[in-house]
This record gives sequence, structure tokens and C-alpha cells, in this order.
Amino acid sequence: METVIEQVPLDKVIDPSLKKKAKIEVKDVKVWYDDFNAIKGIDMNIKPNTVTAFIGPSGCGKSTFLRLFNRMNDYVEGFRMEGKIKINGENIYKKKVNVEELRKEIGMVFQKPNPFPKSIFDNVAYGLKIQGITDKQLIEERVIDCLKQVALWDEVKDDLKKSGMTLSGGQQQRLCIARTLAVQPSIILMDEPTSALDPISTAKVEELIFKLKEKYTIIIVTHNMQQASRISDYTAFFYLGELIEYGKTKTIFTNPEKQQTENYITGRFG
Amino acid sequence: MNNIQKNRLKDQLFKVWGIGCTLFALILLVFFIGDILIDGIMRIDWGFIINLPSRKPEKAGIYTALMGSICILFLTTIIAFPIGVAAGIYLEEYSKKNRLSAILEINISNLAGVPSIIYGLLGLEVFVRIMGLGASVLAGSLTLSLLILPIIIVATREAIKAVPKSIKDASYALGASKWQTIWNQVLPASSGGILTGVILALSRAVGETAPLIVVGALAYVPFAPESPMDEFSVLPIQIFNWISRPQHGFIENAAAAIIILLLITFVMNGVAVYFRNKWQKKLK
Repeated sequence: METVIEQVPLDKVIDPSLKKKAKIEVKDVKVWYDDFNAIKGIDMNIKPNTVTAFIGPSGCGKSTFLRLFNRMNDYVEGFRMEGKIKINGENIYKKKVNVEELRKEIGMVFQKPNPFPKSIFDNVAYGLKIQGITDKQLIEERVIDCLKQVALWDEVKDDLKKSGMTLSGGQQQRLCIARTLAVQPSIILMDEPTSALDPISTAKVEELIFKLKEKYTIIIVTHNMQQASRISDYTAFFYLGELIEYGKTKTIFTNPEKQQTENYITGRFG
Repeated sequence: MNNIQKNRLKDQLFKVWGIGCTLFALILLVFFIGDILIDGIMRIDWGFIINLPSRKPEKAGIYTALMGSICILFLTTIIAFPIGVAAGIYLEEYSKKNRLSAILEINISNLAGVPSIIYGLLGLEVFVRIMGLGASVLAGSLTLSLLILPIIIVATREAIKAVPKSIKDASYALGASKWQTIWNQVLPASSGGILTGVILALSRAVGETAPLIVVGALAYVPFAPESPMDEFSVLPIQIFNWISRPQHGFIENAAAAIIILLLITFVMNGVAVYFRNKWQKKLK
């Protein structure tokens, strides 16, 4: 592909300090599903190593917008898009872009924990194996490292051969995050990652997100206002396919510019 | 009588009606199998299985027909399995949902409903005559492959459809290509369902008579097929042949052969059920 970010051969990037920083620029993006205009022209810049929260009522386009960054909407029937999304200056919707390479740079964690019906070890190793990496030692080191990063190692180190499906919901979600980290992305997209979890598991995942910010640029869709204010640096409020307000989380939650934003975060609608 | 009582009565009536229908079908089957067993079970011994066909009923065996059926089954599997599964994967994962794919889809369902004798005629024209294969095991297998392809394709698609989208999404999001996702996630998760469909289709093929008669399978073959180009007979044709004879001994032979054929289909269906149960457990 037209490399999105300067590519260091993967097996040399075990040291996370080599990680590159990813800057995102969105220019006048519009999205249609057949005739339905889901996103109506959005401009946005996202700084590296920050957590940005997307909030807004259901159907406002925030999940659609999130899925633009790793091109997961490409599979949706009737999907059409205009505008540019640049990651470190490269438009990811250019024809030449290799989508598979792009997705190694931009990981994704889904709403419902979705481990593969494979062992815990194989779940984390999957992203490496599909890249054709066969070095067993490298894979093992990476798996252990990633499980430690998500604070799952101590809980599963004796059961690495057990199916990932046997874990609890919160553990499954952390396994899915570990699986994403193993590919060493620079950006991690999270689509309501804690909406299916209990409060304790949610707290653990939030703690993890806070820690991951040092190395990754994180974008998180959430319906939970407290969560957005707790973990994010920037917040974007979407409504009916438009970006209503975008700024520092502190400002958005204490002193929003628009009446609509205030109504939403104070729970008056949505 | 108030409404609740009325509804309860309706409930009971339907239950009784349902039990009756189920019993009716079951009793017929038990009666049929019992009748066959009484007629034929005494006739089955090792000699019956390894003897060649004969004019004398007590000397006749099913060896050539059984070997013919096994060869046909083997070749049909080799031909129909890869083609059917590949077509199913293509239709479910690759083809765009447009008018062409809709037409394809409807016609595959149509093909599954075409009477088997029509496939026989097609096989006679294309494989026996145009391709010059003659009334061979290969021509018979190709014909049966055509017959069961739609069933395999539909079963493959259903099994693939049952794979949760979330698993595919996860694979794509990690940078897997379409083929990597199909090979590493979709096929392992759907293999049980695909296998079940293939076995059920094959167990249908092993009982088929009409298309093979049209293709030119023989009622009397003095030797078991040794190459795909040999002439052949199969169990159902042997049964048909024996039943049409006047001597009582052959009726007994037919019943015994039916027991063997039923045994083969029951075992195949049993294996299919086993795989399905195992697969359903895995997906949960």
C-alpha cells in the first residue's frame, strides 16, 4: 500500500518507545447508506496520544463515523462516502490504499466482546499469524506482553490453552483489547466497549484506556456521560449526522457553547 | 365456558392432534421396517454380501451392487464436495447482492427441486454421449454429483450464514484479508454444518435409482468395478431387479438388500446428526 505511516518492519517494533504518533484530519466527510444521508459534512482534527470521546443519541452517526477510520463501512451494502480522512497526511480513502495494511495501524474494539472460538493464546496471536509471522518466540513474547498490558496475564497465565469464550464478559473484552494491541496499531477505535460490562469490569477497562493513552491515539464511542468525562481529553457531540460541538472535554461538560450540547449532557434529551 | 378455558381446550386439542400425526408417521415406518426385517433378516449372512449375482436366488449376493454403490459414493463425494462448498462460499461471501446473484439463488433452489430422472437424461446426453464416457461409474457419479450439488450449496450457505458477524468483523479489524477470514474463522466455525449437509446429500445419492437407470447402469454385472470407466450396478437397482422377478426367493433377497441399504443410510444420517450436535455446541 501507500504506507499510511512510516512503516517499521513489524518484528523490529517490540520496543513500544519506537511507536509512531498518529494524527487524524477529517475534511468535509459525508456518508450515505443508499438514499439516507447518515453523515452530513464533518471536519475534525484529532491529536496524537489523546482520548477522544464521541457522544450523542442513538442514530446520530457517531458509530458510522468511527467505522470510517478503519474502513469497516466498506462492507455495508449501499455505503457511499465523500470527503477525506487523512492519517499522518495520507488520505486513507485513496484508491491505492491497502485496507488490510490500514487496519493493522488502526485497531478496533467492539461493543460486544467478540473473542474467536479459539484458545486465549491463539486469540492474541491471530493478528500476528495472519501477517505470516512464524517466529514462535516473537509471538509468545508479544502475547505475554499484550496480556500483561491489559492486566489479564495474572488471571489467565495458567489457562492460555482454554477457549477465550470461557472467560467472563469483562475478561473477554480485555482479551479483545489485547488481541488488538498485538498487531501494534497507532490508533485504537472503541465502539461502546463497556456497554455490555458490569461496573467493576467497566472500571478496569477505563483504567486500561487511561494507561493506553501514553502509546496510542484512542477514539471511543460511548453512551455513558460520566465515562466520557472521566476518561477523555476531547469530546465530540454528534446529532443527526452533524458534529454539533467539539472541544476539550472539560469545556464541553462545564461550559458548552451550544444549547443542544448542554441539553444532551444534562440528560434533557437523547 | 370463559375465554381462558376455551384457549386451554384448544391447546389440548392441538396437542392431541400433533401426537396423532407423529404417531401415524412413526407407526407406518415401524410397520414397514418390521415387515422388511421379517422377510429379509434370515437371508443376510456373509455369503449374501460377498456373492456375485446369480439366477438362483439362494446363491445370489449383492457384492457387485454393493461395490458399485461404494464406488459411486466415493467418486460423487470427490466431485461434488469441493465444487459445492466452493460455490456456497462464493455465493455467501464474495458475490455482490445484485439481480444476477438473485437469479442464481432462485435457480439453485429450483435445481434442488428438479426430478432426479431429468438429471439422468442430462447425464445420458452430456456425460454418456457427448463426453463419450459410456455407461460408466464416472458418468453415474457425475450425474449424481449434479443432483446433489444444489443441496450441498444450500447447506454450505446456511452453515456460513450461521457464523456470527462479530467474529468476521473482529478478523477484518485485525487486518485479515477476506480469504484469511474465511479460512481461519468462517470455515472452522461452519465445518460441522457443511459436513452435515454433505453427508445428508450423499445419503440421498446412495438411494437414487432413476437417474442411474437412465444413464445406463446395469441390473446384472458379473464383476465389481475396478476403474472409473467400468460398467456398474448399484444396490437400489439390484433391489428393483429382484423385486420384479416372480420367484419367491428373490423377494427375500430384495428384502435383505433393502436392510443393507437402509443400514447404510441410517449410519450416514447418524454421523450427520453427530456432527451437527457437536457443531451447535461449539458455536454456543
